[in-house]
Amino acid sequence: MADLPPRLLPEENVTGLLEVDLDAALHFSRSTLVVTNRRLLWARAGDTDWAAVWSLDNGLSLRHHDHAGVGTLELHDPHSQRAVWRFTLGQNVQALRLVRQFERQCEALRSPAVHAHDDDHDPTTCPTCHAPLPPDSDECAVCTRELSTPPSTWVLLRLWRFAKPYQWKLLMGFVLTLASTAATLVPPYLTIPLMDKVLIPFQNGHQIDPAYVVQLLLGLLGAGLLAWGLGWARTWLLAIVSERIAADLRTTAFDHLLGLSLDYFGAKRTGDLIARIGSETDRLSVFLSLHALDFATDVLMLGMTSVILFSVNPWLALVTLLPLPFIAWMIHTVRDRLRTGFEKIDRVWGDVTNVLADTIPGVRVVKAFAQEARESKRFHEANAANLAVNDKLNKTWSLFTPTVTLLTDIGLLVVWGFGIWQVSKGDITVGVLTAFLAYIGRFYGRLDSMSRIVSVTQKAAAGAKRIFDVLDHVSNVPEPDQPVPTGQLQGAVRLDNIGFRYGSRSVIRGMSLDIRPGEMIGLVGHSGSGKSTLVNLICRFYDVTDGSIRVDGTDIRRFKVADYRRHIGLVLQEPFLFFGTIAENIAYGLPGATRTQIIAAARAAHAHDFILRLPQGYDSLVGERGQGLSGGERQRISIARALLIDPRLLILDEATASVDTETEREIQKALDNLVQGRTTIAIAHRLSTLRKADRLVVMDRGAVVEVGTHDELMAAEGHYFRLYEAQARRTDAADEDDSEHDQNLLAHQIPQPSAHGQAAS
Amino acid sequence: MFQLERHPSGRLVYTGEDGATHHGITPVRAFPVTAPDAGLSLVSAEGHELVWVDRLDALPERQRTLIEEELAHREFMPEIRRVVEVSTFSTPSTWNVETDRGPTTLVLKVEEDIRRLPERGRLLITSGHGIVFSVRDMTALDRHSRKLMERFL
Repeated sequence: MADLPPRLLPEENVTGLLEVDLDAALHFSRSTLVVTNRRLLWARAGDTDWAAVWSLDNGLSLRHHDHAGVGTLELHDPHSQRAVWRFTLGQNVQALRLVRQFERQCEALRSPAVHAHDDDHDPTTCPTCHAPLPPDSDECAVCTRELSTPPSTWVLLRLWRFAKPYQWKLLMGFVLTLASTAATLVPPYLTIPLMDKVLIPFQNGHQIDPAYVVQLLLGLLGAGLLAWGLGWARTWLLAIVSERIAADLRTTAFDHLLGLSLDYFGAKRTGDLIARIGSETDRLSVFLSLHALDFATDVLMLGMTSVILFSVNPWLALVTLLPLPFIAWMIHTVRDRLRTGFEKIDRVWGDVTNVLADTIPGVRVVKAFAQEARESKRFHEANAANLAVNDKLNKTWSLFTPTVTLLTDIGLLVVWGFGIWQVSKGDITVGVLTAFLAYIGRFYGRLDSMSRIVSVTQKAAAGAKRIFDVLDHVSNVPEPDQPVPTGQLQGAVRLDNIGFRYGSRSVIRGMSLDIRPGEMIGLVGHSGSGKSTLVNLICRFYDVTDGSIRVDGTDIRRFKVADYRRHIGLVLQEPFLFFGTIAENIAYGLPGATRTQIIAAARAAHAHDFILRLPQGYDSLVGERGQGLSGGERQRISIARALLIDPRLLILDEATASVDTETEREIQKALDNLVQGRTTIAIAHRLSTLRKADRLVVMDRGAVVEVGTHDELMAAEGHYFRLYEAQARRTDAADEDDSEHDQNLLAHQIPQPSAHGQAAS
Repeated sequence: MFQLERHPSGRLVYTGEDGATHHGITPVRAFPVTAPDAGLSLVSAEGHELVWVDRLDALPERQRTLIEEELAHREFMPEIRRVVEVSTFSTPSTWNVETDRGPTTLVLKVEEDIRRLPERGRLLITSGHGIVFSVRDMTALDRHSRKLMERFL
């Protein structure tokens, strides 16, 4: 913005600005487009003058559209195109604002009486997407959330949030560790007097003092017992704590996952998510209780040993500690390699579980198309990839441990050599040398196991990162800071110029619709016309990218998500039944429902009779996907589920699409009960399902093309008429050719105008 | 044979063999990733296919040029030549890249946005703003870029 050419006319003000970041050939290159109260101006980055200037008063129009991540602004005069600018969608918000300003300024020039308002929007909503702004901020969480900050690299430290509740237990564990480590360091120290005061004098012809020896041996025994007791206490205590930390992490991650919006689940694979919350947390628990604990003990031991060694003989201590920096350096260099390796292994492992998660639920399709061999091949390939990655890593990893051992041996050699030399000079006694060797035997032994911490820490960090990736993911459907209580909703829905973009694809554009409380709306259109997306937006599974959806006059983004959804009943094409009894499934949305309520709901949903025919009635178990029940039966259970929560807003998404006519009639009866007195939005491919709709909304490619009753729309001979004709034609064709069973069924479903007329009146 | 023309408004105008004209048609490749040259459809502004073109190079010069021009405007898939730096190895991560269309930055929202294609080393990376970047062959990139990208694969 700083390098804008300064040349503006007198009394000319800049009202809108867009950083264009692509050129005509779609190369990344910056230029600036400016709209003022007089002109539209364009300048290349770095230039001192405008590259092009258009006056706003000669019938220009600015058109905006986008495709595959690239937005386009076209400047047209009444006859032809004058200029085109292209930009990435990161600039889209600016571009839309520019277009709005452009139109406003043109309007102001045409009718000078009307003053061009600089900003007429409500200051509490975002100027671009009209979402309510968080209090005390003018940065919209909805527009900017895409570029959230990345999590820190020191992931493991973030576990502190989960460790904090147990801080006193952890402190206790630390004290115990300190004490038990100190206890294990006593025995080598006692070898000094054992050597110098007992064994060597004996070799030189002195008598052994039994009382003194017993004293020393008792000291050894006491130290051993103490170390045992303390070691047990701290391991037990810390294992308990780490198990709880992992459990908290697991439950928090799952709770967070449930709070995420549907598009997160759409983008992630089930196997991967299961692995993150299941096995990764378990791995973290093992890391905390075993490896991290051992490491802490080792570090303490190293520290304490160094202090003892230096206090006994600084020179020998220095030589003893000499290999330490080398080993530390080695650990550091291998760390990077191993870390990437372990991350890779995790991903490949995710691939292996993904094959399982794909194949097992889809096993009917696999078998029906006889593709067992192909799935088996996929699994083999995933496993082969797993092996390959592991093999590559193991090459580095297997070299690591022997090298540490070798360094240990060389270190010992140095101590022996230097020690013998010092003994020969009389600087130290044999006892001191023996004590040193005893110490560093443990000391290097610990270094060896400490080097293992590299890999386990990296594994744990990789796991923690994957868990925190879930935890850091901010829901695309954010909870408002100051939620408006929903209270008793009337069910008036108002779509105000809404737009929705999925990735770079614009699915819904500039759609407005008013739905009265208790009205039934039928959504009609080809598949892919945005019907299901609209329903998902109304349920707030996603948030609109432009405009707003209001229920009873309040933007649904201002309600608490769960409070709002409590008022929505949803019946899907493929009803999902959870593992449990039928009663539990019906009462899913209202766990406290009485048996009477459950039965009443089942009766209204025409499910009561068939449930009673089951061997265990309402207590019959239904499987993961409701196996053992037919599609129609499952659907009626899901209708009962929706009825039980008595929603103000009802959504039927192709509720009868996957069943035959006979069953459809049954379901339809159930649905008629459900629809009564509720605001209903029904999607149906078969137009018959919508015979009771008050209004039909015809959608095409993300926009409303027609609204009206069946009769009005038929009279208009527009989109709906063509859809209807197409279904009728197919029905006729099917009548001639009976082999097409499904199409034949359509014949009974096309609504008769008379029947519809009754329904509409 | 159908006719194509560019209207002064910049839109393509299609005239079919039956003489019916359509304004604002768009050419769409059927397999833009795996076989960009194999099949192409001319789609009306209402989203219906008007004609299927098996091979673009079998068309007369005039139509082909117009279609290619239009495609060049619509197709935006910068090819990553070099990864200069990445802000972090966890996601979301901002990448500083050099592409065949000049240097730019992209935000990788999640690792799953990197799609591997069956061809060796070929990747498609969807940025946070919905732009798809391609990598022709990861194994042919320079060592630095490869090292950075490896961390996400």
